[in-house]
Amino acid sequence: MEFTRRNILALGSGAFAAASFAGMPAFASKTDDAIAAFTGGASVAEGGIELTAPEIAENGNTVPVSVTAPGAVSIMLLATGNPTPAVATFNFGPMAGARSGATRIRLAKTQDVVAVAKMEDGSFRQAGATVKVTIGGCGG
Amino acid sequence: MAKGVKPRVKVPKSAAAGDVITIKTLISHKMESGVRKDGDGNIIPRSIINRFVADFNGQNIIDVTLEPAISTNPYFQFDAMVPEAGEFKFTWYDDDGSVYETSKKIKIA
Repeated sequence: MEFTRRNILALGSGAFAAASFAGMPAFASKTDDAIAAFTGGASVAEGGIELTAPEIAENGNTVPVSVTAPGAVSIMLLATGNPTPAVATFNFGPMAGARSGATRIRLAKTQDVVAVAKMEDGSFRQAGATVKVTIGGCGG
Repeated sequence: MAKGVKPRVKVPKSAAAGDVITIKTLISHKMESGVRKDGDGNIIPRSIINRFVADFNGQNIIDVTLEPAISTNPYFQFDAMVPEAGEFKFTWYDDDGSVYETSKKIKIA
């Protein structure tokens, strides 16, 4: 292979890309464990679930969030950057008018909030939202 | 029994049969998360409401598992079906074993 400048550049950037992928740290593993426990290891698809959370939360002690997933049996909310990711699990009964719920949660710092829904057919869907937190909400 | 715990719910007084209504519930509760420290540096133990259940005429609407990340004075908003007149029953379960209940009747318009 000829060592033209073009070749070196292509080789170099390819190597850089490979190296940066290898170096990626295990991401949010406590959250992954919580999701795996909820789904039993099944794969989770995106879409079919809507998570509404403010882009910026002035007070991390009370951040309004709402989640809706038509056809869901239960929805689990996780705060990936909190000391413990679990936030709440909504389980819908026969008299539920809609597969949705809203509440207020504590976020320790800027982080992703994740909602995972277990659908009636046994499949799982997830959605996420990043919330910037100016004052942390875990008393710290 | 945690002190000063008061539930408040907002339910329409009447609805048409088959309507879906929005219910808002609030309960005053400190929701001590178990990660705060007191003046001496000791962890204040966790003491939260860990479960909220809403039923209508004995049938379940929603059953929420709460973790310490739910804010003080837990607030929940959700939708319920109203096939007939009846009574909503709301129950909150505390870590310390207390159970708080309130109920609201609804008429068919």
